Amino acid sequence: MATLLGDAEPEPVLVLGAGASGIVELSEPVQLGHKVALHDIEQGGVIVKFGETIGRASRRIQRGSWVHLHNVTSEFDERSQTLDVHTGAVTDTKYE
Amino acid sequence: MKGDAPMTEHLTASNPAARTWTGYLRSDGRKGIRNLILVIYTVECAQHVAHAIAAGEDEVQVLGFPGCYDNQYAVRLMLALGRHPNVGGVLAVGLGCEYTRPDKIADVVSRSERPAHWFYIQSVGGTQKSIEKGKQLVREMRERSQRDARRVEMSLADLTVGAECGGSDGTSGLAGNPVVGAFFDRLVDAGGSAIFEETVEMVGLRRVLLERGVDERARAQLAEAYDKVLGYCKEVRQYSVSPGNFAGGLTTIEEKSMGAFAKGGSRPIQGVIKVAVPPPRPGLWIMHTVPDPHFMGFGYTNPNDTEGIMDLVSAGCQTVLFVTGRGSVIGSVIAPLIKVTGNTQTYERMIDDMDFNAGTVLTGETSLDDAADQLCQLVMRVAAGEPSKPEALGHREYFVMYKHQEAPPLTLGCRA
Repeated sequence: MATLLGDAEPEPVLVLGAGASGIVELSEPVQLGHKVALHDIEQGGVIVKFGETIGRASRRIQRGSWVHLHNVTSEFDERSQTLDVHTGAVTDTKYE
Repeated sequence: MKGDAPMTEHLTASNPAARTWTGYLRSDGRKGIRNLILVIYTVECAQHVAHAIAAGEDEVQVLGFPGCYDNQYAVRLMLALGRHPNVGGVLAVGLGCEYTRPDKIADVVSRSERPAHWFYIQSVGGTQKSIEKGKQLVREMRERSQRDARRVEMSLADLTVGAECGGSDGTSGLAGNPVVGAFFDRLVDAGGSAIFEETVEMVGLRRVLLERGVDERARAQLAEAYDKVLGYCKEVRQYSVSPGNFAGGLTTIEEKSMGAFAKGGSRPIQGVIKVAVPPPRPGLWIMHTVPDPHFMGFGYTNPNDTEGIMDLVSAGCQTVLFVTGRGSVIGSVIAPLIKVTGNTQTYERMIDDMDFNAGTVLTGETSLDDAADQLCQLVMRVAAGEPSKPEALGHREYFVMYKHQEAPPLTLGCRA
């Protein structure tokens, strides 16, 4: 897992950091602070960041893909699955 | 803030522990970096009058509790804040109907050798008379507090600094929080106290957390706090992660937790303290703010950032570091808030609000150690009287809520 230090289009980006140098080809736009997969991850596979498990893949994730709510679930927090994947906006509270 | 407390540089920047500035010695032995008069209102009905008393008055700030029914947690919080090292006097203002007792607040504060007064708006005769009386009282107290202040030399060893994050994004765990953590290491090494809370943002980190405990007792406290947090979050089905966090790239509470925990630095955790309890000895501490079980079940934990800041300030933090990625425009009563961001875009976009850019660590312009040294210098400048940006902008946010928390008797100044 790598974290984007700036907004990026589908393009090759340089990966820095311990044990992960090289280039990864982004398959979609990924924004600053968001994550990109450095390896293919099978459905149910663990997502590792900071050396710790931060969630599990809810579907297969290919190297170069944006890693977020649409393909990762928390072991604890179920409500986050209802949020808008791009904006994080709440969708499960009624306003009318 | 008065800029009359220049920092004296005895040694070089390489030895921040040797730097000193002038603070305010309180009767319990703690030292303040400000000398404020606090107006405390005891029910929402007195809120307007309390703010009108403080309006236009230098060094006078306001906090209060909105409820008519009282609450032990809220009372403990207000008593701790009224005797905070940065506070030199208190005016408690009530309407006259409510459960919370302004006379008791003033009595407890006056026993700490601070000037303290109280009145009921109903007894004084309404809005205008209460504002006039209140202004007269706070002016007298300010004059007395400034005249009688015991000015003393202080250093990093005398500081208790809190850290909180809000509006986190993917940079917070990579830059903002790690720089604060590296500063905390420096503070602890210099003999000071560092407190971070947000135990709800330790979900998923049980093993990582327990490894940091200094001894068996601390590890047992951390385990108990962790298990309580997880049980609480499962019960309320709400984890401490916001829409803005997700928009900023954080995907799970576990990921946010790892980033938030980075502000704890690398020194051993001495133990777990509760709200309104000063750390019993210097070092790194975790504050547990999660409500305990109660028949009414009230009390969201961390309903907003200001609530957590109030809790940290109640432990005697003279200043609090606030790490944001998305951007935040809050400040704090009593303790100046220092804004740190790991997001250079946010720093530049919200430059008027941001005190420190840790984003240079991500671009490689600055090393983590250099950034922590620079942050340390900034903290000492603010401690010496330089206003932080939120402070200069006039931010004085506060939040006192209903909550139930089992806690030891309220005793202050027990740094044995």
